[in-house]
Amino acid sequence: MELTGAQALIKSLEMQQVEVMFGLPGGAILPVYDPIIDSSIRHILVRHEQGAGHMAEGYAQVTGRPGVAMVTSGPGATNIVTPLADAYMDSIPLVVVTGQVPTTAIGTDAFQESDITGITMGITKHNWLITDVKDIPRVVAEAFHVATTGRPGPVLIDIPKDVANQRMEWYWPEPSDLDLPGYHPVTEGDPALVRRAAELLLAAERPVIYAGGGILKARAADALRELAERTGIPVVTTLMARGSFPDSHPLCLGMPGMHGNYTAVTAMQRSDLLIALGSRFDDRVTGRVDSFAPEAKVIHVDIDPAEHNKVRLADVAIAGDCRLVIDELLVALDDLGLSHSDATRGGRGGAPSDAVSGAPESAGSLAASHPRDRLIPWRAQLSEWQRRFPLVYDQQPGSGALKPQFVLEALRDATPDDTIVASGVGQHQMFASQWWQFDHPYTWVNSGGLGTMGYAVPAAIGAKVGRPSTMVWAVDGDGCFQMTAQELVTASSERIPVKIAILNNAYLGMVRQWQEMFYEERYSEVYLSPDLPDYVGWAEAMGCVGMRVDSSDEVAPAIDKANDIDDRPVVIDFRTDAFEKVYPMVAAGSSNDDILVDPSLAEDGRP
Amino acid sequence: MSVYGADKRHHTLTVLVENKSGVLARVAGLFSRRGYNIFSLAVAPSDDERFSRITIVVDVESSPLEQIIKQLDKLIPVVSITELDPAVSRERELLLATVEAGPDTRGQVIQLVGVFEGKIVDVGHDRLTVMLAGAPTKLDDFEDLIRGYGIVDMQRTGRVALPMLDRSGDHSPRLHAEPPLGHHTEKAG
Repeated sequence: MELTGAQALIKSLEMQQVEVMFGLPGGAILPVYDPIIDSSIRHILVRHEQGAGHMAEGYAQVTGRPGVAMVTSGPGATNIVTPLADAYMDSIPLVVVTGQVPTTAIGTDAFQESDITGITMGITKHNWLITDVKDIPRVVAEAFHVATTGRPGPVLIDIPKDVANQRMEWYWPEPSDLDLPGYHPVTEGDPALVRRAAELLLAAERPVIYAGGGILKARAADALRELAERTGIPVVTTLMARGSFPDSHPLCLGMPGMHGNYTAVTAMQRSDLLIALGSRFDDRVTGRVDSFAPEAKVIHVDIDPAEHNKVRLADVAIAGDCRLVIDELLVALDDLGLSHSDATRGGRGGAPSDAVSGAPESAGSLAASHPRDRLIPWRAQLSEWQRRFPLVYDQQPGSGALKPQFVLEALRDATPDDTIVASGVGQHQMFASQWWQFDHPYTWVNSGGLGTMGYAVPAAIGAKVGRPSTMVWAVDGDGCFQMTAQELVTASSERIPVKIAILNNAYLGMVRQWQEMFYEERYSEVYLSPDLPDYVGWAEAMGCVGMRVDSSDEVAPAIDKANDIDDRPVVIDFRTDAFEKVYPMVAAGSSNDDILVDPSLAEDGRP
Repeated sequence: MSVYGADKRHHTLTVLVENKSGVLARVAGLFSRRGYNIFSLAVAPSDDERFSRITIVVDVESSPLEQIIKQLDKLIPVVSITELDPAVSRERELLLATVEAGPDTRGQVIQLVGVFEGKIVDVGHDRLTVMLAGAPTKLDDFEDLIRGYGIVDMQRTGRVALPMLDRSGDHSPRLHAEPPLGHHTEKAG
């Protein structure tokens, strides 16, 4: 069967079971758009190529399948650079196809030419410029293999227009036909190292499991839960790992880091053993590295060996897939005599303030020799911290300024447990991570590593496409919303009923917070105005239902109304308090020991 | 003066890469974006046309060697990395220099080239082009000595290296990457 390169490319995507792709056509990619008309793949036409990339990311994050986007050369390709960088930082499997000028024009500064493989070399796991039409099926197969195995990540395929028009004899490569002699990701942990880790784990008195995004990538949430329950070790879940361990679980301490809660941050600081699972000692988690968790030994499990010893020297560094290594670890713990009783198995409903205190009581029923007993004083200490330093805010009734945390609590309580939440970057993102209760994996979609403002709207759309029967809310800031809101036109026209909660404080809120705290309240270029644009009018112009909420008593009715709409997107403009700051906070470059809590909890916020 | 000298800052990595366009840019780009310093870099085809060998002398003060190797290893076209500690490897480099050699000094320059077992590859009225291959420190010494006569132009290739042969009977080179991480050339293809 003879096909054009363009037909072969689309057929190759079909062979990879691609169901949906996000994109926007243009000159150089024109040949590849033609066979889409006859393809089983649903193509979603975006309004800006950045939207295509973030939609593909949102789709990938909730489904675990690679997101696919296709754009044209030059500006189309450069517009998707931000999503590629974002996906690279957060290890999201993405396959991006870009058109390129004809091979004969490459290097001549041709119209809409850009060296996109050169530009994206440092922000993709790998990229390919196809110069021979016969390579197309093999390169597509290689691209999906590289994107989805090992440490997942984005890849890019650049296809010149003349190559797309040439003809080739169709084939589909066998796995052995892939030409990747330098790519052999490890998955299973070294048994000797796993055993050493198990020994450290049983000997620790103040251990903390430091769960990162790798848990979700490895689909290891169940394994993590078994490990925590078997050992009684408390778990912190990083921004990228929210939902990988249920917030309602008695052993869950919540999010650590710059805006993590006091107990999660301080548990790591005082720990004598950090069990880092798919986490990478990001600077937002460690604060000043030389004073981070000074007494802790470190077990570091990561599928990417380059993460080991990059920031923090590990006592035991295990290269491997988190799910497989945790399973190996559980076997090693068996061998070392850890019993299977599960007194700390969590139910739902433990209030955050006393969540951990349930564990020591139930541990009392165990045989005295159980290693979990060793952790009773530690868990009592954690409970004490949780009691003294909870997350707090003060919502005055009636006409008092609307607090963003109040909105999030109302939204959390009015939506199903498995609701997917997408966020942008800034105060609203931190409030969402703090105040939502994540009890299911793959329900939190955000831009962690790159911190891409404008992520929420397109990522939510991509998530809704991937999980159409699940409710999807984007929690966005007014600054973020203005960056990518045009994709709501895409959502309306494609009938993708996402819901957007704008926490509109009329400021670039996180920058405002820093200027207030560290620049003597000299507010430079952070004011946005609450009324310009008119968010309700803008939403309606884009085919959405628009609502505006000014006071706390309007919050619940508006959310209920939004939840009842399922045939178009909804945007609610929540007018929130501009002066609310995110606490706790560890200032950039400070030690996690210098964490500031809400000023109502301690003088100067210093515990 | 020594370009890299005999200090402990440098380590030599021989990196087997796929012989495809853009691979050198990927390697160079990695060093640049992660802030690793390179003393020298030499690229040439290997004995298998599918692969090229890049010999990189890295500054291990700019970043830990372990990180440099592991990040290099993540590049998809990198097939294998062999770390060569200068103490257990044979390192060689080639120097070409055009030196002032008028009637008064020509004899001295020729004598010096002879002492270092170099070769004269071109002769002009008052200049000589000389070639010297050898250990980098030997080239450093030679360069110091001919400088006094006047170096008109000089090029050095950057070093290449192979592991020192082990006379105890173990013939495997010292692969830095441990088995789960290592990409062994025999797997190639």
